[in-house]
Amino acid sequence: MFELRNPQSQGSRLLGKTPNRWDFALLPLVLAILLAMAFAAAQMARPFAMGETLDISLSPAYLPYYLLRTILRMFIALACSLLFSFVFAAIAAKYRAAEKAMIPILDVLQSVPILGFQAIAIAPFIALFPGSLLGVECAAIFAIFTSQAWNMAFSLYQSIRNVPDELNEAARVFRLSGWQRFWRLELPFAMPGLLWNMMMSMSGGWFFLVAAEAISVANQDIKLPGIGSYIAVAIDAKDGWAIGYAIAAMLAGILLYDQLFFRPLLAWADKFRFEESQGDTAQQSWLLDWMGRSHWMRGLSAHFWTLMRGALGWFSVRGDAAVRDAPPTPDNPLWERVWDVVLVLAALAALAWLVVFVHTVVGWGEAAHVAFLGLITLMRVLLLIGLASLVWVPVAVWIGLRPAYSQRVQAVAQFLAAFPVNLMFPLVVYLLVTWRLNPNIWLSPLMVFGTQWYILFNVVAGAATIPNELRLAADNLGVKGWLKWKRVYLPAVFPSYVTGAITASGGSWNASIVAEYVTWGKTTLVADGLGSYIKQMTDAGDFHRIGLGIGVMCIFVMLLNRFFWRKLYLLAEDRSR
Amino acid sequence: MNLIELQGVAKSFRAADGTARSVLESVDFHLADGEIVALLGKSGSGKSTLLRILAGLIPADHGKVEYRQRPIYGPVAGIAMVFQSFALFPWLTVQQNVELGLEAQGVPATERETRADAVLEMIGLAGFGGALPRELSGGMKQRVGIARALVTNPDILLMDEAFSALDVLTGETLRNDMLELWDGDQIPTKGILIVSHNIEEAVMMADRIIIMGSDPGRIRDEICIDLPRPRNADGVEVRALIDEVYGLMTQRPTQEATTGTSATAHLGYRLPETDISRIEAVLELLADSPFDGHADLPQLAEESELADEELFPTYEALGLMGLALVDKGDIALTALGRHYVDADQARRQEIFGQQLLTHVPLAAHIRRNLESESSGTLSEKRFLELLEEFMDAVEAKRVLEVAIEWGRYGEVYGYDYHTGRLTLPEESET
Repeated sequence: MFELRNPQSQGSRLLGKTPNRWDFALLPLVLAILLAMAFAAAQMARPFAMGETLDISLSPAYLPYYLLRTILRMFIALACSLLFSFVFAAIAAKYRAAEKAMIPILDVLQSVPILGFQAIAIAPFIALFPGSLLGVECAAIFAIFTSQAWNMAFSLYQSIRNVPDELNEAARVFRLSGWQRFWRLELPFAMPGLLWNMMMSMSGGWFFLVAAEAISVANQDIKLPGIGSYIAVAIDAKDGWAIGYAIAAMLAGILLYDQLFFRPLLAWADKFRFEESQGDTAQQSWLLDWMGRSHWMRGLSAHFWTLMRGALGWFSVRGDAAVRDAPPTPDNPLWERVWDVVLVLAALAALAWLVVFVHTVVGWGEAAHVAFLGLITLMRVLLLIGLASLVWVPVAVWIGLRPAYSQRVQAVAQFLAAFPVNLMFPLVVYLLVTWRLNPNIWLSPLMVFGTQWYILFNVVAGAATIPNELRLAADNLGVKGWLKWKRVYLPAVFPSYVTGAITASGGSWNASIVAEYVTWGKTTLVADGLGSYIKQMTDAGDFHRIGLGIGVMCIFVMLLNRFFWRKLYLLAEDRSR
Repeated sequence: MNLIELQGVAKSFRAADGTARSVLESVDFHLADGEIVALLGKSGSGKSTLLRILAGLIPADHGKVEYRQRPIYGPVAGIAMVFQSFALFPWLTVQQNVELGLEAQGVPATERETRADAVLEMIGLAGFGGALPRELSGGMKQRVGIARALVTNPDILLMDEAFSALDVLTGETLRNDMLELWDGDQIPTKGILIVSHNIEEAVMMADRIIIMGSDPGRIRDEICIDLPRPRNADGVEVRALIDEVYGLMTQRPTQEATTGTSATAHLGYRLPETDISRIEAVLELLADSPFDGHADLPQLAEESELADEELFPTYEALGLMGLALVDKGDIALTALGRHYVDADQARRQEIFGQQLLTHVPLAAHIRRNLESESSGTLSEKRFLELLEEFMDAVEAKRVLEVAIEWGRYGEVYGYDYHTGRLTLPEESET
């Protein structure tokens, strides 16, 4: 992947060229970004003592500053997630023994809600940097990281496993080292999927921003300067205007990093598309075009890639010995067995510990109650995904068949998926209180509020790829009305629908923590369910019950995935062959 | 001196149920200095496996595998490979693809560039260095694949059906360019090994042709070719050689066809990979003028415009079903075959069904089992398991798919894709 967009200009004479007008246009932009980031980073390490309150002002004048802090936090978390994904995927794909343990662990981590991580991580992080805000910052960044990393790691791992055989063989015949293979073959191959997941992760980060920044775990109440805290304070103060400002700031933030970061990256990564699929229009980015025209930028990036290519040689297969001298030692099957036994024992030990924990600490009655709450939340998730599907699938198919709209709708849906559900609290509380509605029913829609869009944009994408000839053939045969939906559209979008619904279902579980427990000023509305249970226990600082709630949620999510979504996914995959 | 020497090489793969399935058995082979050798054989004869053992991609289970008197334990610097589907890295430019092998060896950037430029110029790609593979046609892509292999100055070049993904004309041009480089001593390569389906290609290029038999893969025949290159494809000697190779390649189906019934076809017989429409197309071509029921295989191949890898399984199927006789490079319609061609659609399917039950034990077995079942349906699983005693899971699936297609056509039994169950055909249709 180490190369310029424009391979002809490989000179590394950096400043030998005179700047042109593109240089002058870019220079202030680059400087502004660098300065802003440096300023925000300096603020992160401010002195801070526990118990001190950080004032969050609701004045819109502070919003740009809060936005800056939030975005910096999110990008640091994204960088950590990326690094984590590289290491995780490289190890899991390379060593079978590691893979056996790592993939199930990732499955569990994926289903643990963000509050769970925060409850565990906040104390150690603060202890790590005494007297500085950095510890709290790290805790917040870690919380954002936990809402971003898992799907990225999973996507990278999947892609590495799916590298075509012939390319793998070519890499081996030409004797690329593991290091070279990762950068030359595996990462480029995984790039489109990874980028897509990075964008989803950024949306996921926004969604839980309030929880990540306004830390209210175990009687702590720390609000880090940022949009999330701003929203939290606005909710406490019942300030509807501030909520509006926060939405505007968030929109601005998303637009900014979309234009300045993801668009250029997507346009650049266009060449990593493995197969030419028609219908995929190349991504455009004005920034990347500017950079391509700027002399300084070209010089800089050429220099950068040359350095990077140098790094490729770090771990090359050394020595010109034509033939390896010793046969590779075959793996001892015994060790594999031993490892299997260790894994099984570890799983059994965890189970035994869980039984003891429930028996001695929380009691079986409590456990049964929590499981019942889990069932309620499960009902909610399935029912609402079903309802959302009824609404969005026809709409999405309609849009997907009209290419002019579909690209724009995808951008909007991506923004909506990032929309933190907390921003809906004022409206929801107003409606429920005015009309005296039952929160057990009417809070439920909040769960799919942020996640239904995954169904929308997956189905839009699926419908957009229905071959034109198929539609023409259907028209030609006079297939129309319901028959056309039943025989043409629905089967065609089924696989992409299932992908979207799986993402939506996972997200809804996580969202239940926010959606089942709604506050606006002094008003609090609670729906019975696992999410509100975890939220209440978190506020109370009851670690045992947080653990129980999270454990039960993990079990529910994993069972649902394994016995429902996975089956559906395999069915969809088989049918679409 | 021998560049490569193999003695008593065997390889088996573990099937799904844990039993070992032999792919190669007691293979002795050598590649001498200055020689081009072609490996021919139908799919499943283990020729690709053999190539991958030489490339150090997979280890042999038994026997001696040596390159210049030293054992091969992994990919070796002096052996490069050209792939059937090119295996170019789509995100790297042509130049970077070509430099890949050098980069892995740690060759400095400037030297890489000059060497890559030289090879690109030699292979006719000068000026294409900055292009991405997706911008190139198939022929150009394979030129890049060849350049990438040659730039490492390999001792030995392995070509895995390197021309079969290209159209005939492009393949021929590239082949001739390759031979020109070789015969003009413009490349340092000392030996080339070609794996091919294409008999003409092998005869035009090789100094020696090795024909591999299957089940398990082994070397069956060897032909040395002394004709000077470039060879004339229409010359008498070349035509004679092509005939000879066709004859050798079709020896086994001949025995099967002449001995008639199920003497060779057993339950685990690997049904050839071909489909009904191709079988009928070849049959009709054979029945029509100019062949009128009797044809020389090379001529039939030319007339049908199908590749050898498509034709050979079809010949096998025709022989198996008793519709044609294949003998020493010739093919002749049987009386039943003639009757089949003249029959209408319903009668054809009826004949096909009858022949299927008589000559394909697997089909007969499926039918018998279905009849003894009160519901008249059975899961495909048990037949797959049965087949997996003879072959690996992928192959078992393929064989059953062929059996299902043929069975459907002959109305011997049906199959429901969604439930994965085989059924007796509906009586109302007959």
